[in-house]
Amino acid sequence: MKVNSEYKELALQGLWKNNPGLVQLLGLCPLLAVTSTVTNALGLGLATLLVLICSNVTVSAIRNWVPKEIRIPIFVLIIAAFVTCVQLLMNAYTYGIYQSLGIFLPLIVTNCAIIGRAEAYASKNPIKQSAFDGLMMGLGFAAVLLVLGAMREILGQGTLFDGAHLLLGEWASVLRVEVMKLDSQFLLAILPPGAFIAMGFLVAIKNAIDTKLEERQPKEEEVKSIERVRVNFDS
Amino acid sequence: MAFWIASSPHNHIQKETSALMRLVIFATIPGILAQWYFFGWGNIIHIGLATATALLCEFFVLSLRKKPIKAELLDGSAILTAILLAICLPAVAPWWISVLGAMFAIAVVKQLYGGLGHNPFNPAMAAYVMLLISFPVEMTTWLPPRELWPVEYTFMDTVWMIFTESTQLGYSAEQLRTHIDGYTMATPLDTLKTGLTTGLSVSEVTTSPVFGDYFASGWEWVNAGFLLGGIILLAKKAIHWAAPVSFLAMLWLCSLIGYMVSPDLNPSTLFYWFSGATMLGAFFILTDPVSGATSFKGRLVFGALAGLLVYLIRNFGGYPDAVAFAVLLCNMAAPLIDVYTRPRTFGHQTHGLGVAGNKQGAKK
Repeated sequence: MKVNSEYKELALQGLWKNNPGLVQLLGLCPLLAVTSTVTNALGLGLATLLVLICSNVTVSAIRNWVPKEIRIPIFVLIIAAFVTCVQLLMNAYTYGIYQSLGIFLPLIVTNCAIIGRAEAYASKNPIKQSAFDGLMMGLGFAAVLLVLGAMREILGQGTLFDGAHLLLGEWASVLRVEVMKLDSQFLLAILPPGAFIAMGFLVAIKNAIDTKLEERQPKEEEVKSIERVRVNFDS
Repeated sequence: MAFWIASSPHNHIQKETSALMRLVIFATIPGILAQWYFFGWGNIIHIGLATATALLCEFFVLSLRKKPIKAELLDGSAILTAILLAICLPAVAPWWISVLGAMFAIAVVKQLYGGLGHNPFNPAMAAYVMLLISFPVEMTTWLPPRELWPVEYTFMDTVWMIFTESTQLGYSAEQLRTHIDGYTMATPLDTLKTGLTTGLSVSEVTTSPVFGDYFASGWEWVNAGFLLGGIILLAKKAIHWAAPVSFLAMLWLCSLIGYMVSPDLNPSTLFYWFSGATMLGAFFILTDPVSGATSFKGRLVFGALAGLLVYLIRNFGGYPDAVAFAVLLCNMAAPLIDVYTRPRTFGHQTHGLGVAGNKQGAKK
């Protein structure tokens, strides 16, 4: 049971409470740069997810043999190795998406979300938990990418999953949804400033939901404070 | 809300914000009339659309933020923003341009930063730049002045154009801009820019009919209208003279130097003053008390920087006019300008950078 609750906490942290995109605001560069369409967002999200899981597992496996002083270069080397693998894979199997992600695919190496998890979690915890943590953090990051990509693609082009066949194969071209017909593209949504504004709105919505949730459960604490006052008054 | 003038000299003026805003709105009337005379009803319809949208947006956001709605909605600042934005739009732009622009100006640029008095950027100019980079085609479809229109273009035609993108008889905006000789007419600034890039000299480019008899047919009168409005505002002491004067002087100086160095590649100094949005920017945008610099010296620097940027962007940038970009860049610089031009407080000596008359800081 104890293990179960630990995994639950990890999932909650990765997906919501400590989401790398919305709360830690890590990896903003790829987050803002490539989310102009859902397909690009999905491609980068999956790549980051894969790298995060693999790097977390490896860092956790060798954590007892890594000297404290040079751990950061070692982590970076490990991450860079996995990023190279992912990059070669995408180059081979999803060439279209590889081209549209461009420089941001190799730049996953510098994504702070990945080195952050390696340093903060994987280097101190066993393999299984680290793998799960990588999965959840990666999913949280990918979810933000997807939502942002969907917002920007609908506003900018009026479509969803445009060019999905580049990532998922020929069958995926049926996924393309024309949400609304735009006479002229809303370029701001596709350009980086639109990404900043949309990201700001996402963080605001997340904070608003958190505030609402907090408002629902303050009653117990109020009772306690009244008790304390009475004790003080008596003494 | 009122701004109380409490320090000496004890002027007994306790103007309400709304009275000031009303005065500025009235001062735009000469320019708007000139625009109506030369470019048709388009801008007046856009002013109506933008004002309605801005008020609705303001009402919506204020009720979300649980602010006193009546006082802040009717203080005139939203109406002024909408008017200033709609003045800058091309007269044949479709209706959703002004609606989107007003929504962005009020909801994002003004209210998200905390409402009136808290916005770091001028809402009208930020919305204009947003529209310009998002919809470059619609935002550069400018009509030539009235005497060059190839077909009849009435009030009803304008309404049809704005809501259906063609006149009652089915002319498109593109056809309205086509000269009898079959080429598309652009604004004088745009014509000049394209002309110079194709290797013509200024005197050759300005033979085009859009330049008219003086500097820029139609536009010169619109600018004169806003100049008149600005002078009224100065006479009523609604705005301070420092920013507009230093802006115009800097623009004049830069263009004079350019003209003296190479008269074939630089138009006359007065062309810079009386084309594009120069006068509107000088008297109605740069004098924004919220997003501009505050001290006297600061305003001089602020205006001069804007003038320099307008000259540089008009001559070397990618866009034909530059007032909106220059204003936004200067808005970003305004807090820094304010820090370095803080006036000396009485009883203190200024040292070094003049930051708060801080003696210890200067000695270090």
